[in-house]
Amino acid sequence: MTAISVAGLVKTFGTTRALDELDLTVRSGEVHGFLGPNGAGKSTTIRILLGLLRKDAGEVDVLGGDPWRDAVSLHRRLAYVPGDVNLWPNLSGGEAIDLFGALRGGLDRARRDELLQRFDLDPTKKCRTYSKGNRQKVAIVAAFASDVELLVLDEPTSGLDPLMEAVFREYVTALRDAGRTVLLSSHVMSEVEALCDRVSIIRAGRTVESGTLAELRHLTRTPMTVETERPVDGLADLAGVHAVTVSGATTRFEVESGTLDPVLAHLARFGVRTLTSTPPTLEELFMRHYGDGSAAAPGQRPLPAGAR
Amino acid sequence: MTAFTGTARLTRLALRRDRVKLLVWALAVPGVGAAVAQSVAGIYATESDRIGYATTSAASVVARAFNGPVSGPSLGSVVTAEAYTTLALLAALLSTFAVVRHTRQNEETGRAELLGSAVVGRHAPLTAALLTVLAANLLSGLLLALALAAGGLPMAGSLALGAAIAGIGVSFAAVAAVTAQISGTARGANGMAAAVVGLAFLLRAAGDAWGTVSADGMRVVSAWPSWISPLGWANQVRAFDGNRWPVLALTAGFALLAVGTAFVLTAHRDLGSGVLAVRRGPAVAAGSLLSPGGLAWRLQRGVVLGWAIGVVVMGLSMGSVGDQLDSFVGENEAASELITQLGGTDKLTDAFLGTMMAMFALAVAGFAVQAVLRLRTEEATGALEGILATAVSRPRWLLSHLLWAALGTVALLTLAGASTGLGYGLVTGDVPGQVARLTVAGLVQAPAALVVTGLVVVLFGLLPRLSVALSWSAFLLCVVLGQLGALLELPQPVLNLSPFTHLPAVPAADPSATPMVVLLGVAVALTALGLATFRRRDLAVG
Repeated sequence: MTAISVAGLVKTFGTTRALDELDLTVRSGEVHGFLGPNGAGKSTTIRILLGLLRKDAGEVDVLGGDPWRDAVSLHRRLAYVPGDVNLWPNLSGGEAIDLFGALRGGLDRARRDELLQRFDLDPTKKCRTYSKGNRQKVAIVAAFASDVELLVLDEPTSGLDPLMEAVFREYVTALRDAGRTVLLSSHVMSEVEALCDRVSIIRAGRTVESGTLAELRHLTRTPMTVETERPVDGLADLAGVHAVTVSGATTRFEVESGTLDPVLAHLARFGVRTLTSTPPTLEELFMRHYGDGSAAAPGQRPLPAGAR
Repeated sequence: MTAFTGTARLTRLALRRDRVKLLVWALAVPGVGAAVAQSVAGIYATESDRIGYATTSAASVVARAFNGPVSGPSLGSVVTAEAYTTLALLAALLSTFAVVRHTRQNEETGRAELLGSAVVGRHAPLTAALLTVLAANLLSGLLLALALAAGGLPMAGSLALGAAIAGIGVSFAAVAAVTAQISGTARGANGMAAAVVGLAFLLRAAGDAWGTVSADGMRVVSAWPSWISPLGWANQVRAFDGNRWPVLALTAGFALLAVGTAFVLTAHRDLGSGVLAVRRGPAVAAGSLLSPGGLAWRLQRGVVLGWAIGVVVMGLSMGSVGDQLDSFVGENEAASELITQLGGTDKLTDAFLGTMMAMFALAVAGFAVQAVLRLRTEEATGALEGILATAVSRPRWLLSHLLWAALGTVALLTLAGASTGLGYGLVTGDVPGQVARLTVAGLVQAPAALVVTGLVVVLFGLLPRLSVALSWSAFLLCVVLGQLGALLELPQPVLNLSPFTHLPAVPAADPSATPMVVLLGVAVALTALGLATFRRRDLAVG
């Protein structure tokens, strides 16, 4: 079952091609990370998924419907937290939450009050006095208190402090456990790593990576450091080994996944004292796609787009 | 670094941001002045015409209240009387809007925070805003003087009138500087400043209405309320009739005092906050808010109620002076002809009431534009995105706002007619009859105002980013065609562009169904077109 499926999505604004045949598949019941630098097209994609913008070409399916044609019926089944929450300055936070809940088709009053308390939000304050973080909390509380199948969250935690971020993670985890689907666009790599079952990375309106974190790591080399009794040699001749540097007893190299076994067998002959392997973090994976040479670790070259 | 560091740079920024607005402003004031001067020169060509005008104007409470005190039979004095209210309100409102735009609005949007973190003194933003507005007023005042002088009026008087009008702009810029500190929102600051303009107008109108007529019967000596109103001081300069420049010292003193107050307030408050504290709201929403219509009413109600109060005050005062009209135009053939031309009847009072209803209709169309443009505000700020991501369809959202705009338009015209009827009925002793008759007269105007509503919806659907500018331009066109069209002798096809041209001036003329039905049809068709285009387009945030 897929909650969201997007194929070959194109959207142009004037002469700018904001989305250039973007693909995205979100399975039902998963938390899906949606990553990309500013201007990559994340918010544009989300607005098309919500029927706020009209696609130029491609296939888009949300919860089995067409988001443009079936907007109203689909919106009863989903909740949205925009990246930039704009509220009515003369409404109180509590009024705004109740309004969004009612317009979505209902709100769990007990959960609303619990969320207000957990997110430490004063619902009697007028929206004009809220900081960015508090405006986001209004949208988050309204979304989490609604009983919906799909949550679309566009950088929901960019204004939250670490304490509130932890509460947010707790609720997202609970939502997944309850079988809900979450599309989470984010810049916070630790958040995506902690929460997401699968991620899609987009760049300049195209999907460049998609899969589980393990799959993404699988596609890249793992840096290793080994300390041996005798200096290592012949390592560079093995298949899948790159960037070998030997300095005395310490050897550093990178190894492609799937070729580790012969490498370990080779190293064993030199008397291994310590062996550390640091799988790339999501941040490193991400930087490899977007960072210049300086941002990526030495010796690591970016995977070609669409390598998988 | 002083409190004024960065003023020069911020002034350049303000001039750059407003370059189009300031240009339009600088040209609109002299443009109106020149157009009025030309038409007055045609209508009151001879000395005896102008003596007639001055005598009847001095005798009429209505003329004194609306046009200010007449000041002799010179051509310049007649031009001043005819153009004064329009020029004064233009200068006052353009100045207040500009000051608030560059002060409180910047704070509300967060721009001021970014600027404030740079090498910018505490008083620099307000000073820059005031310098910009001062420059705009001086330029438009100077151009007005040159335009009048070029039209053949004496140079000294032209300069005095230009300075007086510029002085009005400066006075209300200073008022806006204070209200921008008091209110926490641009809307509130503009509203308060506009209320002060209204108060100043009422004081001046009262002072001139209570004034006495000089021995020659051609000049009005204003009573004290005119002397405590910035709008009154500009009259007391008596351009083209003595050119009393020292009166402008009152204007300067008032402006300095208000600006000083604004600076003191700035020094005692935090960035982004107003002097008035923001009240708390309910923790839980009332059931009446929880629908698109409920939200729309919440967002529109303040505007509707504000307009309702203004319309009722205006209607009562207009109606209650209606019976004095005969002395206003009785002896002046040209003016009588003009009123007849405007109202289409010899019965001058009915012609006057009909003209009043047409003016109310134009004013209420201004409300309609403001109310419908709330659609665009909601879209531009991003609030609409959140609404349309819920189970609310685009037509339902749009129609919920349009409902209040249309109901408000009809209600305000009803109030305008009923309150004018009440005022007129009280002085003539026939309350029920006049209320009924003039309520009908007000309602007859509704179809034209609704056409304006529909036009704004179309602009919102087709050209969202230009809809605000285009809608107000269309409104201004209706005002110009309605107010000055006959005076400027524009050809009928041009006048027909305004929907208001097609409605009879009830009660002077009989109501007729055909134009009303046709205009209502046009309004519905425009709304449907706007709705259809909005359904098909992308949301345009920002």
